[in-house]
This record gives sequence, C-alpha cells and structure tokens, in this order.
Amino acid sequence: MEQRFDRLGGVIALLLAAALASPFVTYRVNRIAAGTGKSLFAMGGAASGWQLLGLVLVLLLTIGLVLLRNGPWLRLGAAVAALGALGVALGEAATQLASSGSPYARIAPASGFWLAFFALLILLADAMVRLRLSPWARLAGVVLGAGVLALFLGSGVWRDLSVLKEYATRAGDFWREGATHLELALGSLALAILAGLPLGILVERVKPLRGPVLGVLNAVQTIPSIALFGMLIAPLAWLAARIPVLGVLGIAGIGIAPAFIALFFYSLLPMVANTLTGITQVSADVVDAARGMGLSRRQLFWQIELPLALPVILTGIRVVLVQNIGLATIAALIGGGGLGVFIFQGIGQTASDLILLGTIPTVVLALGAAVVMDALIAFSTRGRP
Amino acid sequence: MIEFDGLSKRFGVIDVLKDVTFTVPAHSLTAIVGTSGSGKSTLLRMVNRLVEPSAGMVRIDGRNIATIPPLELRRHIGYVIQNHGLFPHRTVVENIATVPQLLNWPRPRIAARVEELLALFQLDTGDLPNRYPHALSGGQQQRVGVARALAAAPNILLMDEPFGALDPIIRAKAQEDLKAIQARFGTTIVLVTHDVEEALYLGQQIAVMDQGRLLQHAPPAELLIQPATPFVEALIGAADKSFHLLSLTLLSAAVEPGTAEGPPLSAAVSLREALAALLWSRRTALPVINAQGEPIGRISLARLLRYAARPG
Repeated sequence: MEQRFDRLGGVIALLLAAALASPFVTYRVNRIAAGTGKSLFAMGGAASGWQLLGLVLVLLLTIGLVLLRNGPWLRLGAAVAALGALGVALGEAATQLASSGSPYARIAPASGFWLAFFALLILLADAMVRLRLSPWARLAGVVLGAGVLALFLGSGVWRDLSVLKEYATRAGDFWREGATHLELALGSLALAILAGLPLGILVERVKPLRGPVLGVLNAVQTIPSIALFGMLIAPLAWLAARIPVLGVLGIAGIGIAPAFIALFFYSLLPMVANTLTGITQVSADVVDAARGMGLSRRQLFWQIELPLALPVILTGIRVVLVQNIGLATIAALIGGGGLGVFIFQGIGQTASDLILLGTIPTVVLALGAAVVMDALIAFSTRGRP
Repeated sequence: MIEFDGLSKRFGVIDVLKDVTFTVPAHSLTAIVGTSGSGKSTLLRMVNRLVEPSAGMVRIDGRNIATIPPLELRRHIGYVIQNHGLFPHRTVVENIATVPQLLNWPRPRIAARVEELLALFQLDTGDLPNRYPHALSGGQQQRVGVARALAAAPNILLMDEPFGALDPIIRAKAQEDLKAIQARFGTTIVLVTHDVEEALYLGQQIAVMDQGRLLQHAPPAELLIQPATPFVEALIGAADKSFHLLSLTLLSAAVEPGTAEGPPLSAAVSLREALAALLWSRRTALPVINAQGEPIGRISLARLLRYAARPG
C-alpha cells in the first residue's frame, strides 16, 4: 500500500478510541449533586435510539479513516459528519436519560463527549489548514458553523441538556449579559483603535517618544487583570463623586466603567506596537521611490504606508479582540456584567452547568472572532507572498 | 540641460559634496561614477529635491529648481532606484499609472499611456500587466520600474544604480534597452553607477566623483586617454584601457578598403568585438558587411591595434 500511517491521524484516533471508552454524559439527580457517568455502550441496548449506535459507527469509521493518509476534503467531510452525529447523539442521550429520571435531573456532556469533540475539532482544523481555503471560504465556514449551531439550539434537540436548562431559567439575563459582554469587548477595542492608531503613527514619526510610550504600555500589560480592574475602582469612585456629570453618564467606581477602561488599557499596547511595526517594516526603497515620484506626505501615508501596514495592524486588532472577549469575563467581579456573571455565579453555587453557560458562548465568540479576523488579514495581504 | 552649480552638502560635520559644478547636456546620457560614499547618489537626489544643497544650486533649462515646488518638480522627473521600489500592493498596471494619477490625467489617457509602455517594455504578454511585483522576475521588475518612471513622459530621468540588482545577462539587455529608449525619446538621463564598464558603455558624458568632489567630467574616450588624476586612472582600470577604448568605437568608423577571407563582420559591432573575432578566427583580416549584408570593405588586425593605442 502506498498510503502510509498518518501521525496526527494516530493521535486523533487514540483520542476518539478513548472517547468511546469514557463516559459520554453525566447524570445527576439535581444541579449540584455528584454525577454518575454513562458511556455510550451502557446506554445501548434495545431502548437506545439509532442516534447512539449511529455515533458509535461514525466514530469507528472516522478512526479507520484518519489512520490512513487521505485527501483533506475527505477528512473535512468526516469531521463535519462526525461532529453532526456527535451533536445529535448528545441530544438523544440527554432526552433518554431525562425521560427516565426525575424532573430535577441534570444531564451534561462528560469526558467522552469532550474528548471526541476536541479530537474532531483538531481533525476539522487540520483539514481546513491543508485545504488553504480562501478568505471568502473561511468566512462562509463561520457563517455555516453559526447556522448549524443555531439549528441545533433552535430545533430543541439539546433542550434536555443541563446547560440549556440553566439557560431556560435565565434566558433574559443571558442575552442582556451577552450584549454587555460584546459591548465591553468591542467598545474597548473600538476606543483602542481610535487612540492606538494615531499613537502608533505618532511614535513612528517622533522617535524619542517610542521608548517612553511603549515602556508605559508594556508596564500596564504586566499588571494582572484582576488587579487592574480593582485598581481603577478607587480613582473612578473619587472622580464620580467630584464630577456629578460622570455619574449621570453611568461612570462609577464599580460597574462597567472600570472594566471598560481596564480593557482599553490592555488593548493599547498591541494596537500601538503593531501600528508602529507595520509602518516601520514598509521597505525604505518603496518609500524612497514614492517620494521621488512626487507623492506628498499625506499621499505616502494613505496610499503606501497604511495599506502596507494594514495586515500587521489587523493582526494587532485580532490579538486585542480575542483577548478582550476572554478578559471581559472578569468584569463580572467588579459588577461590570458580561458572560462572566454566570461563571462566577456558577463557581459560587458549585453549579458547573452555570459555569458552562458563561464559558461556552465566550469560547465560541472568541473562536469566531479569530477566524473572521484571519480572513480579513488574508484580504489585506492580497497580492503579496 | 541640467546645471550643477557649486553644490555642497554637509550632513552634520561630514561634507558629502564639495563645490560640484558641471553641466549635463540636454538629450544625452550622463553617467556619474564613483565608489560608495563618493556623494554620487546625494548629487542625483538633489535634482528632484529629495536632498537640498547646503550651498549652490541646480538649474534645469536655466531655472533654479529651488523655485519649483518639490512635488511638482518630482512629478515631472523620472526616478529609478536600485531595488526598483515597486509598490507591493499594486499591480504592474497600477504601479505604472502612479505618476499620471498624481498629475490627474483623465482615465482614458492614463490607460492609453500604460498600454503603450507595457508594449514598449514587453510587459504586455499574458497576465503580466495584472500581476503583483512579487510574482515578477528581477528583469521584469526592473522594466516595470523604468516604465513607471517614464509614465508621464518626463524630459529628465534620474537612475540610481538601476541595474545593480540584475544578473549579468539581464543587465546587458537592460542596458541595451535603455540606450534604445534614450535614442528614441531623447530623454536627458543622469545615471549613477559604481560600475565603470557600465558608465563607459552607456555614458555620452562621464562624471567621476570621489569623496564629495568632482574629479573629471568628460566623454568616455577623453577619460580613457587623459585621466585627470591617478584616482580616475585607477578607477577606469589601467590594464583594460585599450579594450575600453576599442569598445567605444563602432567598426563602421574603422573599415578599410579591400577584401579578406573568412566569416564577415557586421559594421555595427564595436572594435572590441571585431578584435575578439579576429583573434578567435586566427586571421589577420576579416571582411565587413553593412546592414543589408553587402560587403563594404575589411578590417585588419594592424589597423585595430592602432585604434587600441594611446593617440598622439
């Protein structure tokens, strides 16, 4: 046989085999009780739906497929099909267990599910990288992924899962905190772009400013996030007490204001540093030729320097965006809201389902943002190697 | 006509140029040759005001360029540099259209001019016009650089080591093309190079610079026969002088009456090539033919040797 053993495929196959052997879902009699694991095979038998058997079959097939060297399209197809089967089977397992137990019972995905899920994600990501998808295809992939997720959530297949039960009792809060989360992450990013771009351009033009500005921003980055959130409480409270108009604007010692400001400070360094790097890496020959042909200072910046620096600047925005989506969870600690609210409530109540209700959307948002930004970066480097 | 008049330039405590005065005749190619640090690039960059002189002035057709706004001046002077400086985010067509766009030419006029230049520089084949610079060969990049500099049909073309990044075969072709373009458009070209062979081949006038001073400004033959200083002589290369001298004259100027045996030589080749052909074929004379292939006489080794010797 020409087909050789695929090393990454071996790892994925091992993970999938371990997943099959591990508990697929956890059953608990109520939301804070200890759980018992249920493997796919334990749930098997006459009562089990075709979905569970189907999943076992699909996973076994995938193991066989990834062990051999295959084309990326085949692997992509296998990953998508197996992820679909995984989702359907999870819902089915939850429904089965829920119907047989008490109404307070909680069914959550267990290690077997997560192992299979991450193994398939690796397979999916690897196939996509090998396919060298165009930026448009990647954007389409994000939209498609979001669509499938919405379909699963909307169809009610997963309604018996514990996370969705937590959601059902907090739907209003969930969307409100989700909106706050985005407001924090995107708002502070927007402000960081507005301030960081000009600041980056300034330190590029005025060399003596470079050291001090980057030094201060670097120092800010080293402050632990919880400390920075906390450190802003006192001065903001003082300001709000002195200047009443700030209170009217909703700026106070605790709440969204200190969180927003802290995220803004964290965002500044990547924005300034990447703007500076982006402009300085434009070849001196290109700048010399542009000036020699009679481009004005302004034309040189808008037509040459900025477009050539754009990929690096967008990379900075990508870093900030993904970082902010994650960091915004900490805002909940100082009353700033966001999806972190569920995480900290969940920790307080030892309710892992509630923690997941805050975590999963955060991770999905960050991943989606990363893929979208990567596509934008690819657009901005069009024509270049 | 470009007049350099008493130009000096001081960067901090270093004198980069010291009182340089000479005139570049219109419609000719002047090569400025010198070692690195001789101030030759600084001198060139004063013509489009990328560098302002500390003293002295540059006049173009009698007009002091200090009175012309730099942007307007630069848009009417072609500028080519060693690594081409092509805009990596713009296609070949967009690169070439740069200056006409700066001059706000109407679109159809820009398109027609770009079309014309693509054809002139053999860049009009396949998808070449729409490629980005990184997808071009070194020679193609160089041609785009020159085409871009000529886009607005400037009277003056400044070239700073334009062929420095090319391999020898492509460089020879590029030099030939430049000669043809200069002959066709009558552009006044100032070319900076550290390569004496290149200066002798291309320059109708050569300015030799060293440590910020102009040592000699003369036609190539004069430079070879009467080097002004030992430095000029050393730079030109004493050992190759005879061969350089031979390469400056075309065979048509040295043909003698009579006939000879052997493969005929074209009257359009240089005496240097004729000598090589004679030596290679082990003959003392060869027949010479004109462009139509008709015999017009012969060239003998003895006659060639007289051309290779110091006159006088």
